[in-house]
Amino acid sequence: MSRYNQGSLIVSSSPHTLDNISTSRIMLDVLIALVPAFIMSGIIFGPRAILLTITCVVSCVVFEWAFEKVTNKENTISDLSAAVTGVLLSFNLPSNLPYWMAVIGCFVAIVIVKQLFGGIGQNFVNPAITARIVLLISFATPMTTWPMPKQIMEAADAVTGPTPLGILNMGGDPAALPSNIDMFLGFVGGSLGETSAIALLLGGIYLVGRKVIMPVIPVAFIGTVFLIAVLAGQDPIFHICAGGVMLGAIFMATDYSTSPLTFKGKIVFGIGCGLLTMIIRLYGSLPEGVSFAILLMNILTPHIDNLSRRKIYGGGGRKGGSRQ
Amino acid sequence: MSIFSTHLPAIHVEHHKNTSECPTQKMPLPDKLYISMVQHIGAPCQPTVSAGDLVKVGQVIGDSEAFVSAPIHTGVSGKVVSIENSMSSVGIWDPIVTISVDKKQETAEGIVPPEVTDKDSFLRAVRASGVVGLGGAAFPTHVKFNPKNLDEVDTLIINGAECEPYITADYRTMMEDSELLIDGIKTTMKYLGIGKAIIAIEANKEAAIKKLGDMVKDNPEIGVFTLKPMYPQGAERVIIYETTGRVVPPGKLPADSGVIVSNVSSIVAIQRYIKTGMPLVSKRITVDGTAIKNPKNVEVLIGTPINKLVEFCGGYRRVPKKIIMGGPMMGRTIYDDGIAVIKNNNAILAFDQDWAEFPKETACINCGRCVKACPMMLMPTTIFKAYDRRDVEALQKLNVTLCMECGSCSYVCPAKKQLSFINRLAKQLVAEGGKK
Repeated sequence: MSRYNQGSLIVSSSPHTLDNISTSRIMLDVLIALVPAFIMSGIIFGPRAILLTITCVVSCVVFEWAFEKVTNKENTISDLSAAVTGVLLSFNLPSNLPYWMAVIGCFVAIVIVKQLFGGIGQNFVNPAITARIVLLISFATPMTTWPMPKQIMEAADAVTGPTPLGILNMGGDPAALPSNIDMFLGFVGGSLGETSAIALLLGGIYLVGRKVIMPVIPVAFIGTVFLIAVLAGQDPIFHICAGGVMLGAIFMATDYSTSPLTFKGKIVFGIGCGLLTMIIRLYGSLPEGVSFAILLMNILTPHIDNLSRRKIYGGGGRKGGSRQ
Repeated sequence: MSIFSTHLPAIHVEHHKNTSECPTQKMPLPDKLYISMVQHIGAPCQPTVSAGDLVKVGQVIGDSEAFVSAPIHTGVSGKVVSIENSMSSVGIWDPIVTISVDKKQETAEGIVPPEVTDKDSFLRAVRASGVVGLGGAAFPTHVKFNPKNLDEVDTLIINGAECEPYITADYRTMMEDSELLIDGIKTTMKYLGIGKAIIAIEANKEAAIKKLGDMVKDNPEIGVFTLKPMYPQGAERVIIYETTGRVVPPGKLPADSGVIVSNVSSIVAIQRYIKTGMPLVSKRITVDGTAIKNPKNVEVLIGTPINKLVEFCGGYRRVPKKIIMGGPMMGRTIYDDGIAVIKNNNAILAFDQDWAEFPKETACINCGRCVKACPMMLMPTTIFKAYDRRDVEALQKLNVTLCMECGSCSYVCPAKKQLSFINRLAKQLVAEGGKK
């Protein structure tokens, strides 16, 4: 019998077996989780929403491919993270935004926020959120001209109007607000992917079920918004369904690179997002604050991580003290 | 991870216990044995025989004056052909005693049950038996059984977790040598003066839990504890926490928390010596993996070359690309299948190409899976970033030295980073104080 030795045997460090999870599988799960909200955006805002989403996905992937080509880096578009950024950015845009503006957003997200900081896992703020804020500041009017949901059996389009939070912010009559059922299903004005709470929740449940995310950040985020709304004497259901809370809490605040690692850190992060969102909503001049809340908490994440470093097994003493 | 859980973090790893219903087969005598003088943690043994000597079954062939050491015996009768330094299975140069087997299997004089009357004679017997931690650590058992604060030890934990995938040798030991095991537990408790014993077995070994549970039901001082079928329940600190709730602080030994942990196979080997006088000369080993033709459990003499053992299991079914001594999570890859079996081997796993090569590493996405998985609650991703900077101070703050190299972090990593390996390098860096 032949003997096998150095020439043919691989010698490596343990472990010698790995889970079959991969980055692209995780990103695929996120894309799957976004499908219900994608379908709802088509139903609520019509084909323009679908086309805008596709535009964003294609531009993000192309920008990533081109940047890596130009800088001679390894191609990473197959990890699907650029596609996820594209979908998330489009979900944060009004469905009638000119395509070229959306493409500029994709450039900001992929090239400036993600790749210039070192690519996947290295960005310190969420690319889609930052791109949305850049667009909001650069193109204030188109970014806040919200198309209203298509009336059933009505062909007329280009009807615009305020979002529910906009009505509230302008001190409008609360009676003009849509019903909570409409809010929950998403038949209200707003960014194309953020309006349907039920579709986003379905996606969130899928992600938790697949163990892609832990429910800690969404629960802390949405819970804080709910609680502050109650304390402020406003309808809490309205507040958690309105604006970008669901989309932000489930899909944006849970971004791995820009949220804390530990359980405790995630709680702090979620509460911080909820708190800032409500402060902006209640006291700020802007009607909505989810994007800014997440952006600010993204910047705080390294500090939260440092402060929430967990106690190791057997106590946290540097010299191995027994604080049990 | 969770603040609501009373368990330490653990991960799900596919069990692959393919050989659990394969009763142990005894391997015929090989023509030659290659017995290494380094088969335990501590001082290596010096050969007590020289080339040309005739040896008999059970005879001591290597020993050491040092306290942390255990004698080495031959399992065959025959003639010592040579003693020469050779690269051993752990990758260091050490003396290998080669014995040509005469197949007469004459037993050496003095292989009679030792006289055990008290703690000291028991510990002497444990040393003479040559038993070391057979779960894999290979720490001399007589040292482990003799901590300074033995009077503070109130619980003996018998480790039957066998949380590594593929390996079923301990399970077969529990099923086939259950009487020796229970008697060994009683003997150990009696002479060490320990009042309570817990046999901890993973939930995936129902038959062993039931069998041993039935055998000890009239002994209230011995309990059978069912562990979650997760990895790494059999790690010493983890099994102590799961069974007793006690924490062994970093830098302390289990005895400091009133516990001694011993593997089922070690206890059986000690009891066999006390009953018959025959020391540890053979080992029950699981031979499995995608490259093995007939996976099975084999009782094999220590010193048998691995290629002979594989031959006994039908040879290789596919070209082996990776051969592991031990389990796939913590085992050591070998570079030559002519290497011989040592005391703490509990499995030989051979895998083909498809299995042996890993997917390419990609960038860390900060997902925190490694942080969630670490049973010692370390932060592997942060350690890996600190190691990249060669930041010794940060590594010390991150307590990297507590890492037991269980491999959970590498296993769960979606970016396929070899985090466990980096921890190993980081520990080395800390030990050297960052000097380059």
